[in-house]
Amino acid sequence: MHFSFTDEQAMIADTVRAFFAENATSERTRRAMVEGGIDRDLWGSFCTELGLSGVAIPESLGGAGLGMVELALVAEAAGAQVAALPLLGHARVSQALAAGGTPEQQERWLGALLSGEALASAGWSHDASFADGRLSGTFNFVPHGASADVLLLVTEGRCWLVDAKAAGVTIKAHTTMDQTRPLATVTLDRAAAEPLVDDGAAFDALHAAGWICLAAEALGGAQAALDRTVAYAQERVQFGRQIGSFQAYKHRLADMMVAIEQARSAVYWAACAVDEQSGEAALALHAAKSFCADTFFMCAANMIQLHGGIGFTWEHDAHLFFKRARSIQTLLGDGNWHRERIAANVLGEAA
Amino acid sequence: MKLGFSAAEEAFRGECAEWLQGQMAGEFKDIKGITTLTAKAERRKEWEQRLAADRWSCIGWPEQWGGRGATLAEQVIFAEEYARAGVPGRVNHIGIELAGPTILAFGTEEQKARFLPGIAGGTTIFCQGFSEPNAGSDLASIRTKGRLEQGEWVVNGQKIWTSLAHISDWIFVVTRTEEGSKGPKGLSFLMMELDQPGIEVRGITQINGDAEFNETFFTDARCSEDSIIGAPGDGWKVAMGLLAFERGVSTLGQQMGFRNELDAIVAEARANGAARDPLIRQRIARAEIGLRLMRYGALRMLSNTDHSKIDGAALTYKIQWATWRRDLGELAMDVLGQAGEIAEGDSYEWGMLPNLFLFSRADTIYGGTNQIQRNLIAERGLGLPREPRGDQ
Repeated sequence: MHFSFTDEQAMIADTVRAFFAENATSERTRRAMVEGGIDRDLWGSFCTELGLSGVAIPESLGGAGLGMVELALVAEAAGAQVAALPLLGHARVSQALAAGGTPEQQERWLGALLSGEALASAGWSHDASFADGRLSGTFNFVPHGASADVLLLVTEGRCWLVDAKAAGVTIKAHTTMDQTRPLATVTLDRAAAEPLVDDGAAFDALHAAGWICLAAEALGGAQAALDRTVAYAQERVQFGRQIGSFQAYKHRLADMMVAIEQARSAVYWAACAVDEQSGEAALALHAAKSFCADTFFMCAANMIQLHGGIGFTWEHDAHLFFKRARSIQTLLGDGNWHRERIAANVLGEAA
Repeated sequence: MKLGFSAAEEAFRGECAEWLQGQMAGEFKDIKGITTLTAKAERRKEWEQRLAADRWSCIGWPEQWGGRGATLAEQVIFAEEYARAGVPGRVNHIGIELAGPTILAFGTEEQKARFLPGIAGGTTIFCQGFSEPNAGSDLASIRTKGRLEQGEWVVNGQKIWTSLAHISDWIFVVTRTEEGSKGPKGLSFLMMELDQPGIEVRGITQINGDAEFNETFFTDARCSEDSIIGAPGDGWKVAMGLLAFERGVSTLGQQMGFRNELDAIVAEARANGAARDPLIRQRIARAEIGLRLMRYGALRMLSNTDHSKIDGAALTYKIQWATWRRDLGELAMDVLGQAGEIAEGDSYEWGMLPNLFLFSRADTIYGGTNQIQRNLIAERGLGLPREPRGDQ
């Protein structure tokens, strides 16, 4: 037992933090917000220069052969900059393909995904139907769905791979509150769909990667909201004092730090639990997703309030954090849903 | 980064569990499951001595002083198995967790030889003399005075909230030994025997009817000149070093006690139907998440070896657990409903859950109130301006 980063992990953390801080600037993110919510140049250099796009993919499949802890480090650093990147869909689909895809599917898609040539997203529907190799149905709220080249679609415990350019696939992009991760509706009308070979393994990998990614992004975002607000608290003077000297102000910042420290424990507990195949993994994932999302929202909301008027402007970045936090709260199961899963585990199913 | 324990560590866990469970099923069956600090104090002193006899009293200490030089993982395991076996809290926890490590860190070789065998052996029970009626949150405003007189320290003043003083043998006292000094300067850290004419201990009855805390009065109380830990005037430094030990491995044992309380709430909710209420289910899930995050926060804090930077997990730990437990007390009463407001017998004595509700109001006060914690976090953790003093 040693619950702190290894030297290699600390190095990865430093590398990705520096990379996103330098490149995922507010200016570039804002440009991406009106171009489908993806900074394609940034994604390209992330995939080709850093070599971490397959951070948790086995080496035999072209990845770095590391795990969820390292994926979390990447997502945390990207989240700290509210970077406009297709990381969520990428991590979910590539991990699911690695865990449960056929060798042909892996051959066809994984290399292109890891090099950044292809983008992926995943969606879910409870009323889709499959017959004769063709899938029909509507998949709502697919993040970055309109930019995807390949879709991994889940219907009642089965996973399907669909080429976004295939006949019968219609994708409608929506104007979305969080412009760094716009949602789309994917409609399939007898579109060609391939089943994965191991649905169970793919499903678990899809969930773990998605929840870890969002929890870690939320952690990074929450910490950035705190850091930026602390900086403002030290620079802004009112009543002849730094505003950070007022208890009403600094106690809110302290509460943010208390929650963030717990969120950090949550992310890396969950990541380790998945990597070590611990019996606590499911509990840890539900805890991490719900706790980190709520922490990020609290911190981003405080960021606006504690900046006063400037925090309410389009010009200031506070709204990017605030909108990202809100979208993370509802993506891949809202907080009440995750907590009910934990309650069912502790108390048994509700009567 | 790794959470799992090695095969050797799991074997050690088995050894701990076997010994502890054997004791709780055998000679010490009568103290199993006690949750208050004061019940059956004499038997629990015998338990301290049994722990020492088999070298389980202070496994993290060096072997020379009665410990095993245990690794961090082993200490974590022992703390968890200790609570899991239903063993009551240590009546000498202040000696083992605070006084001993402080002597190891700041004491002379003579002082180690004088105090450590008794602490490790369970024959010297310690209590803590820090707070005073006018030095609570503002701890550095200590007024209790000490002066050197013919080779002895002579102490006058009053301490308060000295938990377990009525069953202890020794007390460490922070006193103002420099006439006219203010704040953290001019303080000294003295070890004093309680059984002497100059010291009087009076119990303070708390809101739950129990009396674990005391007022301790010093009227020309005495200790030898060499009973000072650190140099005269270094008392604040020693006291702050001691408070850092408070966040040690024992926090994991404390968390196992919290686990027992949450389990009792879950059992009650299932028995009385509260478990069907979606709002109660959400709160129980939040409590479960909070307790797990406390465990992993403590493991992060204990695994951290880089002491050059502020450790956020350590700095935020007190407010985290205190607030969690206060909320747990409120959840307990909401699960119990009105039945929670009726005592089981004719006396004003409370079962585990109503007692949790009442006692946990102290958690957000002692050891630094939540408000003081927020000041510390903002000032030390975030670098924000310090609170101005009103008297300077």
